[in-house]
Order: sequence, then C-alpha cells, then structure tokens
Amino acid sequence: MSVVLRVIAAGPGVTLQDGGRWGYLRYGVTAAGPMDPLAFATANRAVGRGHDAPAIEVSLGGVELAVEGGEVSVGVVGGSFRVVAGDREFRSPAIVRLTPHSGLTIRAGAAGAWCYVAVAGDLAVAATLGSVATHMRSGIGGLQGRAFAPGDRIAVTSPQALAPAFGGIAAPWLDRGSGPIRVVLGPQDDYFSDDQIDRFLLGPWTLSSRSDRMAYLLDGTPITHTKGFNIVSDGVAMGAIQIPGSGKPMVLMADRQPTGGYPKIANVIGVDLGRLAQVRPGDRLSFQAVNVEEAVRLRRDEAAALALPIVFEPLARPDLPSEFLLATNLVGGVSAGDDGS
Amino acid sequence: MTAPRLLDAGEAALVVEFGTEVDAAVNARVLALDAGLAALALPGVRETVPTYRSLMIHYDPLVLTRAALIDAIRQAQSAPVKTQAPVWLWTIPCCYDPAMAEDLGEVAAMTGLTCEQVVALHAGATYRVYMYGFAPGFCYLGGVPKELIVSRRATPRPPHPPNTILLGGGLTLVTTFAMPTGWWILGRTPERMFAPKRDPVFLVGLGDALRFEPVDVAAFAALEMRAAGGDIVAKRERAQ
Repeated sequence: MSVVLRVIAAGPGVTLQDGGRWGYLRYGVTAAGPMDPLAFATANRAVGRGHDAPAIEVSLGGVELAVEGGEVSVGVVGGSFRVVAGDREFRSPAIVRLTPHSGLTIRAGAAGAWCYVAVAGDLAVAATLGSVATHMRSGIGGLQGRAFAPGDRIAVTSPQALAPAFGGIAAPWLDRGSGPIRVVLGPQDDYFSDDQIDRFLLGPWTLSSRSDRMAYLLDGTPITHTKGFNIVSDGVAMGAIQIPGSGKPMVLMADRQPTGGYPKIANVIGVDLGRLAQVRPGDRLSFQAVNVEEAVRLRRDEAAALALPIVFEPLARPDLPSEFLLATNLVGGVSAGDDGS
Repeated sequence: MTAPRLLDAGEAALVVEFGTEVDAAVNARVLALDAGLAALALPGVRETVPTYRSLMIHYDPLVLTRAALIDAIRQAQSAPVKTQAPVWLWTIPCCYDPAMAEDLGEVAAMTGLTCEQVVALHAGATYRVYMYGFAPGFCYLGGVPKELIVSRRATPRPPHPPNTILLGGGLTLVTTFAMPTGWWILGRTPERMFAPKRDPVFLVGLGDALRFEPVDVAAFAALEMRAAGGDIVAKRERAQ
C-alpha cells in the first residue's frame, strides 16, 4: 500500500532534505541538509524515523499538500508555524494524521523561518550521490534538484497511521532562548583587531531579507580587516562567518560551498545553528564567544535530550473549528519566544 | 618543514594549515596528511576536505575529542604514508576555436600575445590538480605559464556552457555547470569532469597532472557525441 503527497501550492524554497550529502565535499559537492538540524531530527523522531531520514523543509512561503490513497501521520516541527489539516488547526511542533479528506496546509506563524514535515513512511525519491538532499544551485537531489512546485507527487510506501492521531510534541530542547548566538572565534580571527572582534560580537546585526539557504547576510556597522580580505580558499564548515570586503558578515549555512576565500572571523557552534536558522529577516542578533570545550558540552547536552523518548501532549481544543480557535486566539498568536534576536 | 597551524572552525571542524599560498609542495603535504588520516580510519572523522594549503577535518566531537584528533594528526605526519593514491597524467581534449573561446582575443590583447601564442602556452603546460571547489567537479589547476597570469574580470560575465576551460588569477579550471564567472573563457572540452551517473563520477584525483590537447571543431563534435553517451574521452597514463 502507498499514499501519495501531491503539491497543491508551495512558496519559494520548499525542498526535500535529509541529513545531507556527506562524503563529497572534497569534490566541490555541497552537503545541503536541513537549516535547523535539531528541529529536523525532532520531526523525524516524532514519527519513528531516524534523525537523518528524508523530510520536507517548509520555508516562510508555506506549502499546501493533498493526500491521496490513504492515511499517514506526519511530524511537523520547527518554529511556530500554523498547521491546518481539514477543520483542525495546530501550531508546530505537532503530530498530525493526514487523510485524503484533510490534506495539509502549513503557513508561517508567530515565530521561526523553517518548519519540517517528517512522514511516517518511506518517501520514494531516488538518491544522488547517496542522498536526497536538495541543492538547488547545482540542481542535485530532491525533486529534479529544484523546489516543490504545484503538481509534484511524492509516493510514500509503507505509510503508517500513528497514535496519537493528533497531539502536541513536548520537545523542551527546541525552546532555545533568545540570547546571543554563540560562536568559537577563528579560524581567521587574526585578520581582525581585538576591538573589531568586540564590535563583531556586540553588533547588533539585522538579518537581511536577501538571506537564503546558502548564506545569512547581516546588516550593521561594517567590520574592518587588518590584513585585507583575500585569503587562499580553504574549507568552510556550516556556520562559518565570513567577513568579505564590504565588512558585513555572511554566515554560511546549509547550502554553502565546501570551500571559500574570505577570512572567517568565527564559527557558530553546533547547538546554535538551528536557532540562528530560525531568525527571520529584519530580526536583530548579536554574538557571544565561547571556547571549544563549552561548545562540546552544549552539544553533548543536546544529544542527550534528543535521545529521550518523544512525549506527546493533548492539544488544548483539537476538535474546535479553526475559525473559532483563531477568533479566540488560542492558537497562532501565541509566541514561542524570541528566537535568537 | 615547519609544523602546521591547527585552527578551530567551530567545535566540529579543525583546519590543519601548512601555508598561506598556492604552492605545490604545500599542497603535497596537505594530500599526504589526508592519505595518512584516511589510513588510520578514525571513528568520528566525518569527512576531510583538502584545499590548496590546508586540510579541513570535519569530525564529531562526541565520538572523537579534539585532543585525540590532534594526536592522530601527529601520528599520521610521523608515519610514512603507505597507501599513496596513484597519480595520473590526464590529457584533456580542448577546442580553442573562437566559437568556443569567446575571450581568447581579449586574453591575447591583455598579455600582448597572439591568439596562437596564448593557445600554444596554455596547451603546452602541465598543470597540477590542486583542489575541487565552488561547485561539483570544478577542479582548480595550478601551473599556468607566467605569460598567461591575468587578473579576473572587473565584473562577472553571463553564464557560459558547462565543460568550458577558464583562466584567471594564475589558475585555470574546467567548469561543470553553466554559471556566471569572473574568469576568462579560453576553450571547451567534450570531457565531463563530473558525471553523476558515470563511474567514476569525478574524473581526476587531487594531485594528478593534467594537460590540454588542442582539437578542432570537427574532432570536438565527434568526441562530444561519445562523451554524451557516457564515454571517457580524455587519455590517462602514469605520471612520472
């Protein structure tokens, strides 16, 4: 038995992702993968899948899917997006059982920039170089290397209808606070004077609307280099913060090239990558330097939390029509807190 | 030889930097460490990325501590490299006809050479495959004759077809995708440096040597048909 997810409408930049196309960075191949790896892994865990299983990454533009052929549960995790299935409305993170009658519509909500739809079943999508992660710039992975478009169909084999059919997902590790984004300085922090590094950390920086999966561009008072801004290209990790000639930081994200040629003043630590990814254009942020040991300790804490059993919680009034819930502001208008700004 | 610098790129990547310039000896040290680490097959090393002058090691710090990784780097550097990857000399067909070398005239004007001299110099050199980067299969080739060292364009030119031979900033490269570029277009090859459905997907190895062999438009067309069908049309022999 299989179920088909058919795309009715999709905002720009809705793609299929998995844990990433690892193993080919040395050949110039971008790893891609989710912008918010923690939300992505949580969505997969909520429907009994491995952390790196294929799932849909939904942008602020939202997505509308039809469901054909049967029932299937999905985990919808990331930010505070609005989730509509039939006459029920939820706020992410939630587990939702889809039917041909219900369909699924996801819209940007109170907070967050990326939301993941993990499916309780196998997505029948062919892998390229061992991965289905979409990298649009090189046209690799996902649905012919591009974003979702109306009419696209994804077959789901071995679909499962999980219990509970509907529920919130208790994932306190996704409440990541609103403090500064933590970084480890380097590898080219010696291209900047101490006072420029302090200015970089303090900001405040505003996330540019020109940001995308490749780079988050920050507006603010430019940083100056002491040794110029051209280096011989070297490797680039996710969260690397380049300072190009303009002096305005670029944080290199999931679709970054594997190598780059601008000095990198710092690198966002692993546990704050997703928190930064969920910042919206126009939001303000600053940075805080931590050492490697602290970054590893935080990473260990996060891994331990993610290994705990997923707990579902009843929804407040799941059977009320969405119009009623919106009118009484029980959902949709409640902020999950600032995210990194 | 000086000890390399160890630079953190966050808590899950370490850069081992052997130099700051494009240099064959520095690049050889990068590749030797890469081979040495691969031979150790350390759990927790996710992936390594050799570049002109440094090796980036992506690792899982919950499996492999930074200190243990640094110990392994020292061990890999002190032990002789047993399994050196074979190094090949590749001969890549290249059509320098003006129809496929839109910028040949401009490069000639900039360098004070004739078009024929530019082609003779470009096709007469043996290049080193320093690194891949920018896009799948884009490989950067060093060893450009000094007469052909030109700066990049002030503004990028519109996209050009894949399999184009570019020149700029003291390097030459073969493209794999249609992309805008700030480099100069010198010719086109029928060979695919990147073919996702072919084995091998990526044609040349890091540290390999590479030459361009001029072919005319008719020969290009014949080779292009074979390459489009999945054949490898470049020639390969043991490097000296």
